[in-house]
Amino acid sequence: MDFTFSEDQLLFRESVRDFLLNEVTPEKIRASWEMEDGRDPALWQQIAEMGLSGITVPEEYGGLGMNELDFVLLAQECGYVALPEPLVHTALVAVPMLKELGGDLAAQWLPKIATGEAKVVVGLEQNLLVEDAHTADLLILQKGTDLFIVTPDQVTLRHNESIDPSRKLYAVEIDAAVEPFATGEQAGALASAALNRGALGCAAQALGLAQRMIDITVEYTGERQQFGKPIGSFQAVKHAMANIAVRLEYAKAPVHKAAYAISQGQSVAVINVSHAKLMACEAAKLAAKNTIQAHGAMGYTWEVDLHIFMKKAWALANTWGDTGFHKARVADYIFSDDAQLGAGTTF
Amino acid sequence: MDLSYTEDQKAFRAEARDWLAQHVPAQPLKSFDTQEGFLQHREWEATLNEGRWGMVTWPEELGGRACDLIEWLIFEEEYYRVRAPLRVNQNGIFLLGPTLMEYGTEEQKARILPKMASGEEVWAQGWSEPNAGSDMAAIRSTAVLDGDHYVINGQKTWSTRAVWADWAFCMFRTDPDSQRHRGLTFILVPLDSPGITVRPIPQLDGLPGFAEIFFDNVKVHVSNRLGDEGAGWSVAMATAGFERGLMLRSPARFQETARRLVDLYKENRASADNDPAVKEAVLRAYMEAESYCLSTYQTACRLTQGGKIGAESSTNKIFWSELDQNMHATAMNILGARAELLPHAPDASGVGRWLDGWLFSQSGPIYAGTNEIQRNIIAERMLGMPR
Ligand SMILES: Cc1cc2nc3c(=O)[nH]c(=O)nc-3n(C[C@H](O)[C@H](O)[C@H](O)COP(=O)(O)OP(=O)(O)OC[C@H]3O[C@@H](n4cnc5c(N)ncnc54)[C@H](O)[C@@H]3O)c2cc1C
Repeated sequence: MDFTFSEDQLLFRESVRDFLLNEVTPEKIRASWEMEDGRDPALWQQIAEMGLSGITVPEEYGGLGMNELDFVLLAQECGYVALPEPLVHTALVAVPMLKELGGDLAAQWLPKIATGEAKVVVGLEQNLLVEDAHTADLLILQKGTDLFIVTPDQVTLRHNESIDPSRKLYAVEIDAAVEPFATGEQAGALASAALNRGALGCAAQALGLAQRMIDITVEYTGERQQFGKPIGSFQAVKHAMANIAVRLEYAKAPVHKAAYAISQGQSVAVINVSHAKLMACEAAKLAAKNTIQAHGAMGYTWEVDLHIFMKKAWALANTWGDTGFHKARVADYIFSDDAQLGAGTTF
Repeated sequence: MDLSYTEDQKAFRAEARDWLAQHVPAQPLKSFDTQEGFLQHREWEATLNEGRWGMVTWPEELGGRACDLIEWLIFEEEYYRVRAPLRVNQNGIFLLGPTLMEYGTEEQKARILPKMASGEEVWAQGWSEPNAGSDMAAIRSTAVLDGDHYVINGQKTWSTRAVWADWAFCMFRTDPDSQRHRGLTFILVPLDSPGITVRPIPQLDGLPGFAEIFFDNVKVHVSNRLGDEGAGWSVAMATAGFERGLMLRSPARFQETARRLVDLYKENRASADNDPAVKEAVLRAYMEAESYCLSTYQTACRLTQGGKIGAESSTNKIFWSELDQNMHATAMNILGARAELLPHAPDASGVGRWLDGWLFSQSGPIYAGTNEIQRNIIAERMLGMPR
């Protein structure tokens, strides 16, 4: 029993954190909102050069050959900076999907993902819309019970604006002539594995987002003065912040357990992921609620950076399975007759 | 990261499970807040100790098994799984014991720990005073050194198990001119000393679960001082760390409550679903108990590898106490009109022990430092907000 990350995993996290804090500042995110497609190819190239786009790509295809557990701390850091680029999507959803598909598809696309030349996205029925479809070179799409694998020339995109300007969402219509790649059970299994990974990505990012909202607000409330003292010295403000810290603290280990369970192919991963996503997104939503309040009117503005993180937290809470979907999954399990509950059943 | 138990850990679990299956009393013991129940629980401590299961983390020469925190968690899981008796000496074994190992002299450890482990000496905690609750540094009861004895005067209150306990570990002001945290000393007091009066205080269930202790020129030998004179605050903070940290409330207890809550809901589903909030609350109970377990294992692993527990441990007490309160509130809602009935009332079918748990859960956010005080600590020491 060892529930800790290795020295290497922690060091990698530190270096990725430093890189992201330097390169993905709120100013740069705001600048990306002004760009045509909202994505920065130079940044993606840097991400690829650090090995991150190919972090889960097998070494034989030029990647780092790491797994979901190796990536989970990095996904938290992506959340901390609200990274607009689809790194979490790539590493946790697209690459594992291609690995499972294997064969020519894997051989053709995985090396290009590792070098940063190509982006692949996955869109599921649960998603409503497809993230980052506009810059994708290959799209893997679930439609009903079928799975399609298509190139941009085979689809029509309809942009849907999100309240989080960093999120680029598209309805994707596939040309009528295209045949499904997989159907029935095989398609369903691929899609549900992808859904779990996508949900894990949301959960991990939510941890980072919550921490960032705390940090921004601790700084702000330490400086802003009313009644002759910092507003952060008022107990009502402190306790609202402490409440976030409590929820966040107890959301972390479930996210790490879910990443571990996925990386080990455990069947309980399904429950672990829903549990993790619910706890982490709830912490992030509480962070949003309590930190906007602690900012006063400042928090209600476009100028203050808080909303960059707040809006992403809101969005992630209901994507890759909304709260109803994930609650139902956990509930179905715990109320079933073969649920393993109680002391000594967690591991 | 490897979240599987080693063969040794599995064998340890099996051994604990076997022993408990053979020794846990078939009938639940009476409450340890009755005289009869107290004696039953004391006897149970002796049985545990004979099997070397009293304090598995203690060294072998003290009747323990030198277990690490993971094995301790495993033992707790097995213990709560079979609903073994609550620990009447918890203030001794979980709070004073570890403090003694850190600050005690060899003489004190040899004299005190074995009898604590066997339940021969049950311990109470005497810190709070009528005017020193959350503000513990306002302690006024005094201890004055006179030759090789301290002479103690004053009053303690809310002292759990003190009605029948043998000893209390207390904090007194040894320097009359001192202010606040300075000038306090940690002293161990035999409760049968002349000059002591213990006045039981009935709790919400009507039983005397805690007591006031009055000290009238009570003489205590200096060998019962723990740590240096005037260093009481830092010794007490170590104890409070154990209290808020892992030891007092291991996750197993809450996971078992959550499991029973799921069962209660399933048994009463038709009526329970009339309140749509109930199902959600049961779901939440399961998830939060699991989260508490996962987080505790993560912390335990970190500590086993030499990590230190930090200010984030204050989140612990808030999390489990609110979880416990919420789970029991949900059980009350499921039981509906039966919820208020005492278990022996003729029409109280299927109420189990939920009412007792509900009452006790009301105290979780108060004892061991109120949750408001914990929130202050989190904001100031963990998040770094201004005082
Ligand atoms: C079941 C039980 C067992 C106990 N066992 C023991 C024991 O064995 N030994 C022992 O020494 N003590 C024991 N206690 C006492 C316990 O430690 C105190 O009750 C606790 O520290 C609170 O002190 P108080 O009761 O005086 O409340 P007060 O300090 O008067 O607090 C009342 C309310 O005011 C709030 N408050 C106070 N100060 C602040 C502040 N600075 N900021 C925000 N809110 C504040 C509190 O949070 C609380 O809600 C026990 C208590 C209970 C309920």
